[in-house]
Amino acid sequence: MAVKILAETLLSIRHIAKRFGDNTVLDDLSLDVHKGEVIVVVGPSGCGKSTLLRCINALEPIQAGEILLDGEPIKPDGKNITELRQKVGMVFQSYDLFPHLSVLDNIVLAPRKVQKRAKAEAEAEALTLLERVGLKDKAASYPRELSGGQKQRVAIVRALCMHPEMLLFDEVTAALDPEMVREVLDVILKLATQGRTMLIVTHEMQFARAIADRVIFLDGGNILENTPPEIFFTNPQTERARQFLNMFEFAAVKHHAPAED
Amino acid sequence: MPDLGLSVLLKGKNMARLLGGLWVALRISLIAVAISLPLGILLGVLMAGKNRVVKAILRVYLEFIRIMPQMVLLFLGFFGTTRAFGWNISAELAAIIVFTLWGTAEMSDLVRGAIISIPRHQYESSQALGLNKRQTYFYIILPQAARRLIPLSINLITRMIKTTSLVLMIGVVEVLKVAQQIIEANRMTSPNAAFGLYLTVFVLYFLACWPISLLARYLEKKWR
Amino acid sequence: MAVLDWEVIQQYLPLYQEAAWLTVRLGVAGIIFAILIGLICAIVQYFKVPALRQIAAVYIEISRNTPLLVQLFFIFYGLPKIGIPTNATVCGIAGLAFLGGSYMAEAFRSGLEAIPAIQTESALSLGLSRAQTMRYVILPQAASISVPPFIANVIFLLKETSVFSAISLMDLMFTAKDLIGLYYKTTECLFLLVVFYLLILLPISILGSLLERRLRHAGFGA
Repeated sequence: MAVKILAETLLSIRHIAKRFGDNTVLDDLSLDVHKGEVIVVVGPSGCGKSTLLRCINALEPIQAGEILLDGEPIKPDGKNITELRQKVGMVFQSYDLFPHLSVLDNIVLAPRKVQKRAKAEAEAEALTLLERVGLKDKAASYPRELSGGQKQRVAIVRALCMHPEMLLFDEVTAALDPEMVREVLDVILKLATQGRTMLIVTHEMQFARAIADRVIFLDGGNILENTPPEIFFTNPQTERARQFLNMFEFAAVKHHAPAED
Repeated sequence: MPDLGLSVLLKGKNMARLLGGLWVALRISLIAVAISLPLGILLGVLMAGKNRVVKAILRVYLEFIRIMPQMVLLFLGFFGTTRAFGWNISAELAAIIVFTLWGTAEMSDLVRGAIISIPRHQYESSQALGLNKRQTYFYIILPQAARRLIPLSINLITRMIKTTSLVLMIGVVEVLKVAQQIIEANRMTSPNAAFGLYLTVFVLYFLACWPISLLARYLEKKWR
Repeated sequence: MAVLDWEVIQQYLPLYQEAAWLTVRLGVAGIIFAILIGLICAIVQYFKVPALRQIAAVYIEISRNTPLLVQLFFIFYGLPKIGIPTNATVCGIAGLAFLGGSYMAEAFRSGLEAIPAIQTESALSLGLSRAQTMRYVILPQAASISVPPFIANVIFLLKETSVFSAISLMDLMFTAKDLIGLYYKTTECLFLLVVFYLLILLPISILGSLLERRLRHAGFGA
């Protein structure tokens, strides 16, 4: 049901299963992500959204199925796993900057040590990217001197500086104060307009509606809906999705009679 | 096979004597523990309190006790008291006094640490509920502090037991000394008994301390 | 209380200086080996190396639950009986290393375990290898967390050297005891004993609390 004229498939998830002991988190899940596509994954807590992203980045081993990036399988113990990870940038919910490194060093660590790029070149690019997210003046600061929103923008720049083919966002605004959510989402919106391939897990429904090419609704370890946002938010196909969307609506209480206490 | 002390150990009442020696050491540490724990709690609460003069005095006491090797403290307690005050106390009593002073200092620091580790908002939310200072302490702060404190103070007990081995150096006849005596007495018949006997002392200390350490670790995990 | 006899103190001073020097030398040597043992144990346990990890765990339990004095008696008087020759110096250093290794291991391990898993994961997700993650991300952070317990262990081990007098090493403790026994100048002997231990231990203790305060306040923790 995709709307865009689709380019080639970048990421292909085929019948994967993920279990923690007896607890099945992902169950025979399949999904294709095409180049330039923005997919938003929503669902109740514990539905396996974050686990899905962690599996794509091979932070979790899977028990069945396979995940292919550019046709190559991603496995935690695979030989070329560091090369594959470079192609997938990931931003986490918690501020996961390295606290002992300055903002600039946080960003250039991987480009220099993994991609063996020259210091001057990597730093120049880092500064350009920082400027784009409005944080050039913070290059020499340490993570503890930044607000949550600033840290998260640095984390995004850190992922971008590796020139990934695809970006994963794992509830990147969930730990932020409300007034900082916007500054982070704006950065992600800008990335979408540049045609980046992104897989976004979020609870910000307005944002999801604005940015998504496709919305995936995940529940009980399975994809229940896979539709364009206009359809998902106005006319969801499943009862579970309807219930889920209802949680974001508030009934008016103002006109109720005051409760007797 | 050369005799490494097993036959000496099993001869006559030697094993019983060794255990008797261990008991001498354990008795000293247990008496010291029994006095140190309550005293330490008292001093610890004072150190976490607001009185500056009391805090300063306790601080000096604590720092001096902690920076000196326990062996030096033992010498000060044993030889120093004779010299300074003309007291002629037994080595065992001197050891009990010194280990009590030391144990109290260590305990008070653990108590102070446990109390100040309780976050500010615990006091505030307790007071916001209308509890007074005393109630806040008894119902909110101390129960939480106790959970952090108990594993640490059990660890302190093993440290005190281990440290008691030093009383040998001021002439208390404890387990190492008894082992020495047995080795001496059997020097002719089994010249290699030192290996077996000191190994036995080693194992005895381990058996005395290990279960206590395990308990401390179990509680630490359970209450974290 | 007896007043100090400064003449006696001057007379004893060189003996104490020599003894203090021996205390420091033996202490430092023992601590260096303790650090090596501690590093090996911490790494083996952190990476859960099979077999070696269990050996390290057993060693740590034995080392932490027995007194140094008893360890020394066994090494110094017991081991020669089964054909392992020892001399007092080697024995003192070995004993201190055996005791200190387990304490150092705990200090290093607590530092490593204090680093949240997300730090490893975000480093891996950037494409860093396991070794690079360790070197550039985990170790620098773990090291600074380990500093306060490390300094505490150094002080603890230097204090423990006072037990060396039991195997006839002429350290501060031995010198004090010897002089008291010979001339009964108890007050002066004990005074010098305390002063010299303070001279050795106080600077390290002050350095330790300075470092700890700096790490706590300027710590890079978010």
